[in-house]
Amino acid sequence: MANTAIELPPKGGFSFDLCRRNEMLAKKGVQSPSFRKTGTTIVGLVFQDGVILGADTRATEGPIVCDKNCEKIHYMAPNIYCCGAGTAADTEAVTDMVSSQLELHRYATGRESRVVTALTLLKSHLYSYQGHVSAALVLGGVDCTGPHLHTIYPHGSTDTLPFATMGSGSLAAMAMFESRYREGMTREEGIKLVCQAICSGIFNDLGSGSNVDVCVITKGQKEYLRNYELPNPRTYVSSKGYSFAKGHTEVLSTKITPLKEHVKIIEGDAMEE
Amino acid sequence: MDMDWINAPHSMGTTIIGVTYNGGTVLGADSRTSTGMYVANRASDKITQLTDNVYLCRSGSAADSQVVSDYVRYFLHQHIIQLGQPATVKVTANLIRLLSYNNKNTLETGLIVGGWDKYEGGSIYSVPLGGTMLQLPFAIGGSGSSYLYGFLDQAWKDGMSKEEAEALVVKCVSLAIARDGASGGVVRTVVINSEGVTRNFYPGDKLPLWHEELPLRNSLLEEASSEAEPMHA
Repeated sequence: MANTAIELPPKGGFSFDLCRRNEMLAKKGVQSPSFRKTGTTIVGLVFQDGVILGADTRATEGPIVCDKNCEKIHYMAPNIYCCGAGTAADTEAVTDMVSSQLELHRYATGRESRVVTALTLLKSHLYSYQGHVSAALVLGGVDCTGPHLHTIYPHGSTDTLPFATMGSGSLAAMAMFESRYREGMTREEGIKLVCQAICSGIFNDLGSGSNVDVCVITKGQKEYLRNYELPNPRTYVSSKGYSFAKGHTEVLSTKITPLKEHVKIIEGDAMEE
Repeated sequence: MDMDWINAPHSMGTTIIGVTYNGGTVLGADSRTSTGMYVANRASDKITQLTDNVYLCRSGSAADSQVVSDYVRYFLHQHIIQLGQPATVKVTANLIRLLSYNNKNTLETGLIVGGWDKYEGGSIYSVPLGGTMLQLPFAIGGSGSSYLYGFLDQAWKDGMSKEEAEALVVKCVSLAIARDGASGGVVRTVVINSEGVTRNFYPGDKLPLWHEELPLRNSLLEEASSEAEPMHA
């Protein structure tokens, strides 16, 4: 019987080994890198034929906009899409993971995926991580039981609603929805209201901006309208374009360093495939 | 940006109440789910079905109470198959109590189990934070319940009829909504007896007005411009 302890592979979940090191670094004044978050305004609403999801396209890293046109409406199944707010890595990873699980489930059952299946898979995953997976989602889709719209919070609780908003711009978007939503809207009215809500978030919330993405899901059909509205175009672009011809920049000094080969074959045969 | 409330856990400030009457039980709850200072869902349903004759009122952390109710519904379903007859309220309450007590360090949820079975008739069990189980003729829970203890001491009577019991439940929840910031929205009730289950819904503007509350009036701005009708709770 060996006396040495066997290094078991980690069973999953978070490893908190580096927490003490991080605390020590923080005391010394080293700032930890900020996460890439999607500040975000995401919305969803149920209309007469199905579900419409909407999202802005700004991704932020602290105060900097790191992606002016990111995609926040993620594919889950041919009839189910999910908008994600919170840490971008978390929303991407969790939606990809559940999307694969749904595909395997479709092969096993031979049927179209249901929205409640995606809901249960997402909520159990998020609950088991006790809120540390920072993903706030708006899940919508149409299946054999009808159109469904759910919100999922990072701690794993869910709500089922006719219209929903999430993210830092959720208050601005909800104000639009609360005053203008009606049951049984047509497709055009629904898309218009979703755009108004997202624009409200884009213009009134610092964490949201750039363009509006819309996704319309109906029975048997889905339309992913990427960049449906571009309310923030680049206002000035020189019509002549910008040219940087030689001679415009003054050369102060020149130094040329030839790169030498560092690889020498000493002995033996050359490597073969 | 001070947006800590966005990542705050989804909790149900809540007022929940369960009352037995001669012949069954009436469960009642408000409909507000808050995330910090924001109302995340103003029309939530806090009375969830566990089986045909037993329902559960949830309060505290939304995630924890949803998970507990999902597990108990699953265990209860298996129990019913094995038993071959409808589950009793006592067994349901015990399942809730076992989960609550054995996970007391991680869970934060106060629950009221109510239902009807052929052995005990209507019964109410309260399972508050630590996982105690108490069988009571009536039970209250959630942050809004603080405002109801004195009221129920005076207003509760044994042997009420179904209408009296439901009216009492609606009155209680609306009084708590008036005083508790974390409770609001609509009042939902569920009446369970030998005949079956009836769900009722009392929108905010149909509730009685209490001290210093003003009657509903359409804003003049709305009357001046004719926009689309705003959606009521």
